[in-house]
Amino acid sequence: MCASTVCPRSCKRPRRAMPELRPMPASPERMVVAFARVLRRRGLDVPVGATVTLAEALARVGVDRRDRVYWACRATLVRRPEDIDAFDEAFDAFWLGHVRAGSQVVVPVPVTLAHDAPDPDPGADPGTDAEEPDAARVTVRWSRAEVLRHRDFAAYTAEEFAEARRLIADLRLAGALRRSRRVRKGRRRRGRPDLRRTVRRALRTSGEPISRAFVEPSQRPRRVVLLCDVSGSMEPYARALVRFLHAAVVGGARVEAFALGTRLTRLTRELSSRDADAAMASAARRVLDWSGGTRLGEGLRAFNDQWGQRGMARGAVVVILSDGWDRGDPELLAVQMGRLQRVAHRVVWVNPLKATPGYAPLAQGMAAALPYVDEFVEGHSLASLETLAEVISR
Amino acid sequence: MVHPVEIESVDDVVAGLAAHEYLADEGLATAVFLAMTLRRPLLLEGEAGVGKTEVAKALARWTGGELLRLQCYEGIDASQAVYEWDYSRQLLHLRAVEAGGREVVEDELYSERFLVRRPLLRAIDYRGDVPPVLLVDEVDRADDEFEAFLLEILSDFAITIPELGTFSARVPPLTVLTSNRTRDVHDALKRRCLYHWIAHPDFERELAILRVRAPKVPEQLAEQVASAVSVLRALDLYKPPGVAETIDWAEALAALNRDLLDESAIDVTLGTILKYREDQERVREHGLPAIVQAAAARHA
Repeated sequence: MCASTVCPRSCKRPRRAMPELRPMPASPERMVVAFARVLRRRGLDVPVGATVTLAEALARVGVDRRDRVYWACRATLVRRPEDIDAFDEAFDAFWLGHVRAGSQVVVPVPVTLAHDAPDPDPGADPGTDAEEPDAARVTVRWSRAEVLRHRDFAAYTAEEFAEARRLIADLRLAGALRRSRRVRKGRRRRGRPDLRRTVRRALRTSGEPISRAFVEPSQRPRRVVLLCDVSGSMEPYARALVRFLHAAVVGGARVEAFALGTRLTRLTRELSSRDADAAMASAARRVLDWSGGTRLGEGLRAFNDQWGQRGMARGAVVVILSDGWDRGDPELLAVQMGRLQRVAHRVVWVNPLKATPGYAPLAQGMAAALPYVDEFVEGHSLASLETLAEVISR
Repeated sequence: MVHPVEIESVDDVVAGLAAHEYLADEGLATAVFLAMTLRRPLLLEGEAGVGKTEVAKALARWTGGELLRLQCYEGIDASQAVYEWDYSRQLLHLRAVEAGGREVVEDELYSERFLVRRPLLRAIDYRGDVPPVLLVDEVDRADDEFEAFLLEILSDFAITIPELGTFSARVPPLTVLTSNRTRDVHDALKRRCLYHWIAHPDFERELAILRVRAPKVPEQLAEQVASAVSVLRALDLYKPPGVAETIDWAEALAALNRDLLDESAIDVTLGTILKYREDQERVREHGLPAIVQAAAARHA
């Protein structure tokens, strides 16, 4: 993965030599509408207005050259660089009749969990290489006994979880306040003069500015960025925490949510549906590495490169929800935490294991990250999530 | 005649921009062509330093329209973006009128005489024959409230000032919005716009850009710089160098009277192209000789 992953490969890749377009049957409008339908089926958001624009665009650039048609379609129908790959495939399939192998449906790759740990329990290995030679093998490290003893969220029965879901949905997150550059009417007679209102008032007193008005800076909540570890070792907490992410995204205006596993997945869009179950379903489809391994360092690196450094984390409250078990290089994690802390307002680390009596942050990843953490809190129960909301707004 | 430049095809755009020192690829040229002919705003996204803002500047030079730049920032509002009244002159006027013993009439205070025009109003109520080029730079830095407001203006290119009435553009200005993607621009705004993602240029285009933008740099050095930059971009850096940095680097080397890229030349000028200490360390670890070789290999 190169550092500029926001830009998908496809936009750097020189377009292949352009073969002739299939002759256009029927009217161009029909083709445009049909093409938009194909794109929508692939998950692109194509508003009706865009197809009208495309029809106009094709009338201008003509349909005799393939690259012209391609770029006209792209300029009118694509709005996010992430969509370019899907668009390219759909374009080839629709206009040229080419289908790239295996590109139709995104099927989650089966993942085999395995231990590298000194944990002697052989029953914990749900599959072996012999059975599924082609499946990706992801190694996680956890202490089964530890997780079982402190199930907290995970120990809920189905009914308890249904109840907790409602309570989690009621949680609201608001970042700490900061001074904004916007101003509002000041009540006190100090600060910057508000000339607009002063002139208005002067009209009342025949041009004499007797009554003066003032403005004062307003306050805005900081952006909150939630990074939730969805690896195997976090599994007992993930379903509750992702619900928490959903409540936060829906409830707060400036909340961003990501899933951290073996890769980084942005979930803000998926979780912004008010319908919690629909949001969970689309988040589940988006995250391909639920309960896989953890590479916190690489995940944070991806976040810093693609989002954090360029502005999302600047001045924000960044919350990492993870148990700190990391398969990657602790050195890398420390470097990335340092980068994050330098741009963020505050870094909060939420570790569900912290509630365990006698817990010490011995996991390599946790130990490496701790020097860069401003607040280290629990996250194993509803009460601790409420505390977290309080910490974030502080 | 509305546009002094006649454009009939995408090739005209490529040629027109090239004549004003901007080398656009087919994709960008098509997007610009459509923005000009369909009169729709163009939203450009891409890594920092790939030349998003430069597009608008080149368009202004080419079409001869005035470049009106609105730099967005958090908290920007209508008084900085659209219009403001000149309050101090209003107050002075009030005093003068009063001293003359006349009654103050509100209408004369809120007339065009006291109107301060900001970029959006100037773009819509332009006086010349050529529509101006409106550059709304780094729109992702503004907040949601301003975006909603911008959406309204870009939809019908009209602005209403309660005291004066509605101003609307005879011909919509050529509008370019840029975003660095620090956050997602709202879908409704994107829907109004044509969209293009500007990627880093490939070797050939970058070299061509260097020839145009840094003509004092010797040809061989330019080639080596362009290929060294493509090596650097593949190194997984925090901030891969953009075109702006490439030009800076080539000019820095030329200013130091280097006509070849060697280890010592890279060593002393690394700061012009890589702005993170970690990136510089990474490149030094990778080895400066390796970069020199890669650059030379492409040339050979």
